[in-house]
Amino acid sequence: MSTPAVINAGTETRHYTRFTPVQRMMHVILLVTFLGLAATGLPMRFSNQAWVAGLNAVGGFAAILFVHKLCAVILSIAFMAHVADIFYRAAIKKQWWLLWGPNSLVPNLKDVQDFIGQMKWFLFRGPKPVFDRYTYWEKLDYWGVFWGMAIIGISGYAMWFAPAFARLVPGSWLNVALLIHGEEALLATGFIFVVHFFNEHLRPDNFPMDITVFTGRQTEAEFQERHPIEYARLLKSGELEQFRAEASPASANRIWRVFGTVAVVIGLALIALIIMAVFTAR
Amino acid sequence: MKLHRAAALLIAAASAMSAAAPAPDKLCLGCHDEKTAPFHASVHSVLGCTGCHTDIKDFPHPDKVAKVDCSSCHTGPAAALPASVHAKASAQPCLSCHGDAHAVVPVKDAKSTVFPTNLPRTCGTCHGDKKFAQQHNQPDIYSQYMDSIHGFALTQDGLLVAATCSSCHGAHDILPRGNPKSRVNPANVPATCGTCHQGIQQQYDAGIHGQALQKGNTQAPVCTTCHTAHQIGNVREAAFKLQTNATCGNCHKDRHGTYSDTFHGQVSLLGSQEAARCWDCHRPHNILPASDPKSSIAKANLVQTCGKCHPGANASFVTYSPHADPHNAQTYPWLHASSIFMNLLLASVLGFFALHTLMWFIRSRAEHLKDAKEGRSNS
Repeated sequence: MSTPAVINAGTETRHYTRFTPVQRMMHVILLVTFLGLAATGLPMRFSNQAWVAGLNAVGGFAAILFVHKLCAVILSIAFMAHVADIFYRAAIKKQWWLLWGPNSLVPNLKDVQDFIGQMKWFLFRGPKPVFDRYTYWEKLDYWGVFWGMAIIGISGYAMWFAPAFARLVPGSWLNVALLIHGEEALLATGFIFVVHFFNEHLRPDNFPMDITVFTGRQTEAEFQERHPIEYARLLKSGELEQFRAEASPASANRIWRVFGTVAVVIGLALIALIIMAVFTAR
Repeated sequence: MKLHRAAALLIAAASAMSAAAPAPDKLCLGCHDEKTAPFHASVHSVLGCTGCHTDIKDFPHPDKVAKVDCSSCHTGPAAALPASVHAKASAQPCLSCHGDAHAVVPVKDAKSTVFPTNLPRTCGTCHGDKKFAQQHNQPDIYSQYMDSIHGFALTQDGLLVAATCSSCHGAHDILPRGNPKSRVNPANVPATCGTCHQGIQQQYDAGIHGQALQKGNTQAPVCTTCHTAHQIGNVREAAFKLQTNATCGNCHKDRHGTYSDTFHGQVSLLGSQEAARCWDCHRPHNILPASDPKSSIAKANLVQTCGKCHPGANASFVTYSPHADPHNAQTYPWLHASSIFMNLLLASVLGFFALHTLMWFIRSRAEHLKDAKEGRSNS
């Protein structure tokens, strides 16, 4: 049994798995297709912008719509695979911890308490809250994207297969579909490119790039600092060592840092175009 | 008209030959030998020199001879010319277009300055000149015409039936556009274009624009309002298609505005040629209000109209509005409500998280500053 002092001594060199390879792959698929959808959806939504004319050089409308639909299909498959996986593991394999408890992404009372604690901390009225496996903003990220994909996806496919959609519901809903598709997309891009980027990459504690989601690994120090309750629980139950992992190779880290930075820069450029378009709209 | 001209020619020729002492051509050409070849090839050669230069009786003739009067033979054109825009264009208006009178060949001769393939260049001598255009507040009509579908048909496809200058403006009786009798006066434009485009004129006349014109509405759009007069493009080409929405929008501003906020409008502006444009639903020429059962957008015809692009369109599908306006709560209650809901959702979520982000940033900076201070004091 090691003493706390010994643990502290090696916290920067010991690594623990936070995300499985499938989760990491899902995040990369989501990231790439989301950027593709945002970059191609933006010129369609704000086609009255002067810079849109320049897109004829890269294939114009036909190419834009093709990439938009391609990314949509890839993301839809990933989304459905994820939902099917959760359903299989929860309903068939009875992994109920996925749906409730400290390792679940489903919000619970502690998230409300954490949120209030965080507000107090923001206002210098209390200590920084200690978090379990998932913080409340991580859960918001997850459910925001989940809700967004469902809403944007359904409205998008409704427009793609408009006559078929009109056999199920009135065709006038297609007018609503476009409105919701575009507005929800603005919400999603605004949330991801500003809030998510800040929370995970740009805030002073994580700047310039937190690559945990790409490597799937965090150091013991990060584990203790960011998810102390989960760390303590695993330490107490003796399961902690099951999560021990090799350090991610430096070369891989470098690639992920560049990859993440490029994604952040593209996202911030897109949000700048969106803000410009919103404020120059009629 | 043709008979008249032939008769006049014959009489002139006969009188020239039977004149008591005609100055022999050979005598004239002794001095004016440079005119020999073109004159002999010309349609006027039968007249001899004195057929036109009637004041010359003897050799040598006076230094100053009278101006030739073409109207002595060409009575029809001469009668029309004084009222035309070209009446005062030059001292010898005939020659401005027909060129050297000594070399004039029949209009049907491909070498004639007014033969269809040569006419644009002839008119372009003035109407393709930048200085002239500036003085008369005209565009470069020659260039515009040459790049138009009529110009291409004439010069590239060699179609003699292609419209040239005189097809629309006439030849000797060209009146200013403002004159109600002018072929290109807005009220007469459909009939002028209809000379060739008869099928289209029938559709136009039956449509709401044609009906308005027939009722005397001078603001009603005519062919040239949408197609322009000289830069007429090929309606099957992207360049033409892509600017048609804006053309209709010149007058139908509010409808163009609502259309632009729908999928069709958004992607049309992006360069989609497939997405429905105004004329795809409303038709280009026989445009009729939805209240007219013959209209392409009459309720009973919508399934067919939408079905042109959307196979499988049914009665439910056509309740979609291509001009939906989220601000209009009366006509589009659901769209209006959705718009308010989405705006509130966006404002509250993004507003709250903007604040959350800002507070977090400030708090983190404060924490870092505190750590740095304590770190210094500890060391």
